[in-house]
Amino acid sequence: MAQVSRSAKAYDVCIIGSGAAGGAAAKVLTDGGLNVVMLEAGPRLNPEKDFKMFAWPYQLPHRGVGVGGKLRGELNSEFMAPNGAWEIEGEPYTSAPGSRFRWFRSRVVGGRTNHWGRIALRFAPVDFKSRSTDGMGDDWPITYEEIAPYYDKVESYIGVFGSKENIPSAPDGVFMPPPKPRCTETLVQKACAKAKVLCIPSRMAILTNPLNGRPACHYCAQCGRGCVTASNFSSSQVMIPPAQATGRLTLITNAMAREIVMGNNGKAEAVDYIDKNSREEKRVNAKAFVLAASACESARLLLNSRSASFPDGLANSSGVVGRYLTDTVGSSGTGYFPQLEKVPPHNHDGVGGMHVYVPWWKFDRKNDFLRGYHIEVYGGRSMPGVGEFDGVCDEFEGYGASLKQKCRSMYGTFIGFEGRGEMIPNEHCYCDIDPDTVDQWGIPVLRFHWQWSDNEIKMAKDMQETFRSIVEAGGGTFLSSATADGPRPYGIADGGVIIHEIGTARMGSNPKTSVLNKYCQAHDVKNIFVTDGAAFVSNADKNPTLTILALSWRASEYLLSEAKKGNL
Amino acid sequence: MGLKSVSRRDILKSLTMGAMAGSVLRVIPTQAAEYAHHLVDAEKAATPGGSYAPKFFRPRQYKTLQSLCQTIIPPEGDTGGALEAGAPEFVDLLTSENSDYQLKLGGGLMWLDATCTDRYGKPYLDCAAPQQKEILDAIAYRANALKDPSLAQGVAFFAFLRNLTADGFFTSEIGIKYLGYIGNKYMPDFPGCPPVPDV
Repeated sequence: MAQVSRSAKAYDVCIIGSGAAGGAAAKVLTDGGLNVVMLEAGPRLNPEKDFKMFAWPYQLPHRGVGVGGKLRGELNSEFMAPNGAWEIEGEPYTSAPGSRFRWFRSRVVGGRTNHWGRIALRFAPVDFKSRSTDGMGDDWPITYEEIAPYYDKVESYIGVFGSKENIPSAPDGVFMPPPKPRCTETLVQKACAKAKVLCIPSRMAILTNPLNGRPACHYCAQCGRGCVTASNFSSSQVMIPPAQATGRLTLITNAMAREIVMGNNGKAEAVDYIDKNSREEKRVNAKAFVLAASACESARLLLNSRSASFPDGLANSSGVVGRYLTDTVGSSGTGYFPQLEKVPPHNHDGVGGMHVYVPWWKFDRKNDFLRGYHIEVYGGRSMPGVGEFDGVCDEFEGYGASLKQKCRSMYGTFIGFEGRGEMIPNEHCYCDIDPDTVDQWGIPVLRFHWQWSDNEIKMAKDMQETFRSIVEAGGGTFLSSATADGPRPYGIADGGVIIHEIGTARMGSNPKTSVLNKYCQAHDVKNIFVTDGAAFVSNADKNPTLTILALSWRASEYLLSEAKKGNL
Repeated sequence: MGLKSVSRRDILKSLTMGAMAGSVLRVIPTQAAEYAHHLVDAEKAATPGGSYAPKFFRPRQYKTLQSLCQTIIPPEGDTGGALEAGAPEFVDLLTSENSDYQLKLGGGLMWLDATCTDRYGKPYLDCAAPQQKEILDAIAYRANALKDPSLAQGVAFFAFLRNLTADGFFTSEIGIKYLGYIGNKYMPDFPGCPPVPDV
């Protein structure tokens, strides 16, 4: 084994990862008086330098698409908050033959909370009772009633706007007032009313009133770039600073965790990590460990932590680590609405993301598939970007003043619809350690295995039909490249593309079929907690971040009480 | 102290300190956020002037590129076209860094010159305006390649250049103004949708 440089100090808790789960744990544990060290695989964040909230495309030579235009058509752009990427140089992952999986990672303080869509939806009571409801998947070891107080705490602390609606599939929360709908959204609401589809104000972790010294949103629509005023939620701006202010948080950046080291007492005692700056291996000791590196990265760390007592990976006597991997079912379509050509130039920006959305509305009937989905909407007169007029150019072709005018008249007339549905775990979807590949730090990498089942395909089909019915009810023309056949039936996105991968160290009451107990504590090793999306038992049609925050908050309070009782 | 005497750096610092300095979150005055938006606007709006030295295209090819870009998105009324928007610079920069673009655009321009030489006895730039229009009308529509497969490469080239030219124009200051996008600024409240028929 390589020479390890050891730190003499033993912390109470070591948190691995600084995103939603790590940030919530850091806040709760330092508030509770524990001394915490946090490892983050990326650098520190400096909003003043790193955030491009104010920039116009023409202020960057590549207009946002990067060297060689490589980001053209990609989710991320040069404007995005730093260090979120589909591919990280020197840190690959692989896909098994026949599997298509993409893995978006953010190596920076705050992790993917710097980049997320800020959509903050509670799981519904039924979402915790999958097996009891339809016989598929498993129930969670906790109920909605048990997690609800933590949703309350999280929403009150981070700030979420929304409206009280009393919809069983979309529980209300602690909400700030929602912003008014944009023109496109007014149109969608009317179309949905005609099509008999629910459409309500969205629920987003963006402030519409000041909170804890953070000013309200100033409606520049650029949340994804990072918000210099911290008016939206990111762990880097909302969780980490107060934890640091206690004086009890030591943040070690550019620290890539390689292995958790077991002591002789059946408990973990240290984490070995690579200091990316010096390329040296270092060790940090703690009494308890919170894995919060993202579902797949936490699974990777457990699987790579092999010892005599855990030959298949730490806390993996069940063999379940890496299994039950799910992502969200995604399919999209677009509506062209000629009446939007009459919309006069006006500031259409709003918050960074939708002001209205379609919650799962067919919960009261039998459908062709199990579980549900929600629909996100976007479009209209937003800031023009590279690739904006590809569709218009391809459709109308030609050149000259007529093409230029066509682009202008078509600008802002498109509304996009994104279905986001629940995937049921299946045996073909999991991640394991690739036996042949290590990253540049010498750490074995993950290999993904992926296959959608019929239920997800049927759901994507239903999404396409619903998009069409909404668009046509609104007097628009439905445009979609989705086909029934081919590698992506009904436009279903590849695994990982929706960036809701979860489930790889799931909770449960049975240690033979689950990794964690109801407090995100490993059945096998009492001082290991996994509080990120790995703990999820099901992947409801709700974006997972709010639930990660609530779960991590709850697990951290439990950890704190156990620590105070001397049980760790 | 008036707002004007505060430097941009100080403003940004006051905006970020509360969130990032590791101390308790501080109240951030909303007018500071507004002011910062304006300052950065003013600082960054100045577009680089002077002549541009192409990084990939040879001088003559670059002239052809400029001509094609300006034909795809021409000036109109008091609005400039692709040239004034800096689209050829943008296309050249990306092409200099991307071998796929080099093949499509570098090769495409040579295809165009060779085809013009075959048809009219001289490269595109030296052709008379009606000849230039004739060849562009031929390669500007996919349907023409179905009738005459020898146009297929030209059609693909032109479609690609058309997209990039539109990118260059509509992400420029004048292009964004032409579209009537008026956001990306501080707003104390979001007023919603103005009254529009059928919306």
